[in-house]
Amino acid sequence: MTVAAQQIITPKPELAVKPEREMISIEDLSLIFPSKDGDVHALSNINLSIKSGDFVSFIGPSGCGKTTLLRVIADLEKATSGNLKVNGTDAQDARLNRLYGYVFQAPALLPWRNIQQNCALPMEILGLSPAQQNKQIDKYLKMVGLQDFHKKFPWQLSGGMQQRASIARALCLTPDLLLMDEPFGALDEITRDHMNIELLRIWSETQKTVVFVTHSIDEAVLLSTHIVVMSPRPGRIIKVIESPLPRLKNLALRDAPAFHALASEIRTALAHEHAID
Amino acid sequence: MKQKLFSLVSLLVIVIAIWYLAALLMNGNQLINNLERKNQQWTYSQVIAGAYDVKRPMLPAPHQVGQELIKSIIDKPVTSKRSLIYHAQITLNSTLLGFVFGSLLGILIAVGIVHNKTLESSLMPWVIASQTIPILAIAPMIVVVLGAVNITGVIPKAIISMYLSFFPATIAMVKGLRSSDKLHEELMHTYSATAKDIFWKLRWYSAQPYLFASLKVAIAAALVGAIVAELPTGAQGGLGARLLSGSYYGQTEQIWSALIVAATLGSILVWLVGIAEKVLLRRRGGLDHA
Repeated sequence: MTVAAQQIITPKPELAVKPEREMISIEDLSLIFPSKDGDVHALSNINLSIKSGDFVSFIGPSGCGKTTLLRVIADLEKATSGNLKVNGTDAQDARLNRLYGYVFQAPALLPWRNIQQNCALPMEILGLSPAQQNKQIDKYLKMVGLQDFHKKFPWQLSGGMQQRASIARALCLTPDLLLMDEPFGALDEITRDHMNIELLRIWSETQKTVVFVTHSIDEAVLLSTHIVVMSPRPGRIIKVIESPLPRLKNLALRDAPAFHALASEIRTALAHEHAID
Repeated sequence: MKQKLFSLVSLLVIVIAIWYLAALLMNGNQLINNLERKNQQWTYSQVIAGAYDVKRPMLPAPHQVGQELIKSIIDKPVTSKRSLIYHAQITLNSTLLGFVFGSLLGILIAVGIVHNKTLESSLMPWVIASQTIPILAIAPMIVVVLGAVNITGVIPKAIISMYLSFFPATIAMVKGLRSSDKLHEELMHTYSATAKDIFWKLRWYSAQPYLFASLKVAIAAALVGAIVAELPTGAQGGLGARLLSGSYYGQTEQIWSALIVAATLGSILVWLVGIAEKVLLRRRGGLDHA
């Protein structure tokens, strides 16, 4: 049995406040996609440190490399140069140890599996027993509010419910790190608000580190402890803002002056760099 | 449903009408030639009356074929060598055997091709070349060569069926196994899934709709292969043998009834594959999702 499998069987002690350690450290990281019309500098000299328990959002216009950076952390893309440590190891080892759960922009549920079987997929690959799988599935489907949908197939669920199922699937492996690539980008605003609050609740319950890609300023402010503002051509970080807002926020907070101040700070940073042209 | 039945029946009526007309023209000509050779007088009414009642018609009329079908299906016991059911069952045996092994072979070749670049470049040209050889040319050779090493009966025929039916399975499965969603592949990558897991949990399922489309072609091809294999070998039984003996003795009714049984058998086989496909897709969640 793998290390990750053992981690699930022996539950980790749930500390109220985990000792802060560096979950992700990125130094001088660059990624160049070679192409016929010249090289594309997708990421240029990225330096970033993410502490465990943080909720970090990458925000910026399309083409700024925010998704690419997340994919590099997930070992879905290889950096051209620079250093990247995820939980003290390189990105490939972190992936091989199933350190993170990845939530894609689309739910990416397998259409021939029902919701329960979809959530079981990563645990089947890990080699957990059916009993262990079911325990996890029941727990996390309940957490995302899909406790009565075990036997439903993806097409029988709305887009928001499908995305919640994909979040439950990512949580089932109890990863320390949750990587989310615009998970609510395709949802309507009402559903998105609801999902944001749910995600905040799940984050505070599970004490995970979350890295979240978004192009919505409101969403970034509502969710994050840290906001990484990025700019395109070449893809780079222009500012990292630490949120002065409390960790656990609610929708009412959106009317508070501090919320507007933070949103405006992000907007200024984006405009200042002529990020939108 | 009613609409479907109506179009089916009207098409059938049109086909039968054309058939009767063609039978009149072809057999009528034959009749006229015979009469003229004997320097006899003839009238059109005489020809029309006689055209559907010729002893060995060039083209038997549908009712003549129908009578032959009744005679050789219902009136004869199934064990009789003159029963078409007996012959159909012989052909069916080699068809099914060839289809099962051909499909398995096709799937195996496709799995090899998808997982190994060398196999793709070395095997694929042969797979395609194999289908450009006329089956009528190669079938007797296979039967004769196998006969020389004392392999006779169902096996040589099944091999020819297999030869025809592996091809659609290979082509469809190569495409199907490569058709999995890029996003799902990345998902498996984030789980550090092994090649085995990726195959059995993702690729195999993505390929299934392609597989079933190809199995419908493969089973029809297997039937053709079995019949062709029975033609040149002097086989004692089977629909192909029935076709051959019919043409030896000018028994056109026998040829046409064997053809109709072969077509019916083919339709039933394709329909059965379709049923299997529906059952599987329902188990997979009821959506025909490629």
